[in-house]
Amino acid sequence: MNIHEYQGKELLRKYGVAVPNGKVAYSVDEAVEAAKSLGTDVNVVKAQIHAGGRGKAGGVKVAKNLDEVRTYADEILGKTLVTHQTGPEGKEVKRLLIEEGCDIKQEYYVGLVVDRATSRIVMMASEEGGTEIEEVAAETPEKIFKEVIDPVTGLMPYQARRLAFNINIPKDLLKEAVKFMMGLYKVFADKDCSIAEINPLVTTGDGKVMALDAKLNFDSNALFRQKDIIEYRDLDEEDPKEIEASKYDLSYISLDGNIGCMVNGAGLAMSTMDIIKHYKGDPANFLDVGGGATKEKVTEAFKIILSDKNVKGIYVNIFGGIMKCDVIADGVVAATKQVGLEIPLVVRLEGTNVELGKQILEESGLNITAADSMADGAEKIVSLVKA
Amino acid sequence: MSILINKDTKVIVQGITGATGLFHTKQAVEYGTKIVGGVTPGKGGTEVEGIPVFDTVSEAVAKTGANASVIYVPPPFAADAIMEATDAGVDLVITITEGIPVVDMIKVKRYMEGKKTRLVGPNCPGVITPEECKIGIMPGYIHKKGHVGVVSRSGTLTYEAVHQLSTKGIGQSTAVGIGGDPVNGTDFIDVLKQFNEDPDTYAVIMIGEIGGTAEEEAADWIKENMTKPVVGFIGGQTAPPGKRMGHAGAIISGGKGTADEKIKTLNAAGVKVAETPAVMGETLISALKENNLLEKCVTHEV
Repeated sequence: MNIHEYQGKELLRKYGVAVPNGKVAYSVDEAVEAAKSLGTDVNVVKAQIHAGGRGKAGGVKVAKNLDEVRTYADEILGKTLVTHQTGPEGKEVKRLLIEEGCDIKQEYYVGLVVDRATSRIVMMASEEGGTEIEEVAAETPEKIFKEVIDPVTGLMPYQARRLAFNINIPKDLLKEAVKFMMGLYKVFADKDCSIAEINPLVTTGDGKVMALDAKLNFDSNALFRQKDIIEYRDLDEEDPKEIEASKYDLSYISLDGNIGCMVNGAGLAMSTMDIIKHYKGDPANFLDVGGGATKEKVTEAFKIILSDKNVKGIYVNIFGGIMKCDVIADGVVAATKQVGLEIPLVVRLEGTNVELGKQILEESGLNITAADSMADGAEKIVSLVKA
Repeated sequence: MSILINKDTKVIVQGITGATGLFHTKQAVEYGTKIVGGVTPGKGGTEVEGIPVFDTVSEAVAKTGANASVIYVPPPFAADAIMEATDAGVDLVITITEGIPVVDMIKVKRYMEGKKTRLVGPNCPGVITPEECKIGIMPGYIHKKGHVGVVSRSGTLTYEAVHQLSTKGIGQSTAVGIGGDPVNGTDFIDVLKQFNEDPDTYAVIMIGEIGGTAEEEAADWIKENMTKPVVGFIGGQTAPPGKRMGHAGAIISGGKGTADEKIKTLNAAGVKVAETPAVMGETLISALKENNLLEKCVTHEV
């Protein structure tokens, strides 16, 4: 789960990690009020969307006075930002962060990730702050320093010191930098983050080490014990179909194509998208109904697929294990009876209770094209959609 | 022969009284798996389906001589359950549970360091040695006894591969689901090593997906060590970056973990990669033909 920059900074502040003073604003007036109450000469007006690359897209402006705050807030609020992470449709800005400007001396990068190779949390730091860290990793990997963290002890001060020395943080700011890194790790471990990225981390003219940006991402598997993080969820930033799917515990991702897919299992669902592409079709979504789906869940899944106006045909590909084919068939029949079906539907069933499932579909009187295999089904739906 | 489990494996079920645990326990017993006990704290002394239930894993192990455990307990308690099984000294813990927080798994891995217990999973279908022992949630009937080892990050895609093999007369030695989480127990290389050493496994099919670099590392290992033919498949060739495809581990981030990169690395290591999931079986058969192994691997009539 993603959160906004201002929410991330709020969390960091609670853990003693230094961030600039700032306030969130939902309107131009609120933005001006926020700037007034900060009482600084220079303020930064920052668009709050769940995507990086905001600066380049015109979503971050430095205002030298209150009039400029008003101008920029007016300009950015309601604007649709298109960045490399938003997709071509972009994202509309509905919230702003008004933040005090600071006298930046130097920019760095500090991040925490779960490293699969070591099965540990790893802290990474670089002197090359402010730029895309992927570029640094690709071009000058020697400029990224890493510390592997033992979960028993957590990040140790010597590790934070070593990172600070490696990235050439000025010696007089060493203590500040160590405090920053220790706090950041604590947030990560306590709050079940999956990514915590501070880019840039800055040193300032008045001797501070602070987070100018904050990108925090949380492990959705751990949200059951992170009630305060769930509060940060912003439904405006999510696809309505994905929100609907999450209510029914369905794993759904919206895509650009026109063939709706309903599959059980993440691996098979991904591969079903692949095979549709292989036959020159375009999947409209990734949808894993999971192993323990009920008839109701399948019905909802079907409705979500049909609610996508781009969908011109549906491919149901099921390999029953725990999932029983008759349950899928019942769900498909129930859904089509509820919402109607005017587009081609191809169903491939295999595995547990397959005969029963096929029988239910046949007796339903629905216009369903049966498929013998995964490839057969993909070929059929692609040609039906193109017809 | 087989790897990890066989007809003599004695299994206890952690979370045996829950709906999922009970359903799959019945299925496993029907398949012929030696389920010798179950564990549900507080329900010790009772029985389900004629199987004794214990309060703790160590008690279950002491009383039944179990050497493997399968875990169906819900995600918030699963890490604790794995550590309890490890502490009780079972050789193998297979964790089916999906949705364990990654921070918990990091602790589990740290806890298991230097201990003899092997973990398979979490978030996996389990392990099956056809016609001998089934531990997990896979449909038993699609599997046939034979000589092809199967290892996979995905559950249903494993069924797809096994089904393609069985319907072409090719049986399997053991099928291992290693799971779709970013931090897991047994990895591709662990399983490949065992298949390489197993005299009854003649070839291996390895099913990966986008995210991480486990397939690339496996490719390097195969190039250096593997003496048997390996074919592969990578799911998620058309997945967009930055979107998590169901599995916590299946995400392309920072330009890493793409299917293209994995396929390239596997090909360079001499691993044939099936172009689509529909031809995993065919791809394996063509590799068997090239290595004059097809006849030895045909185990049943279709």
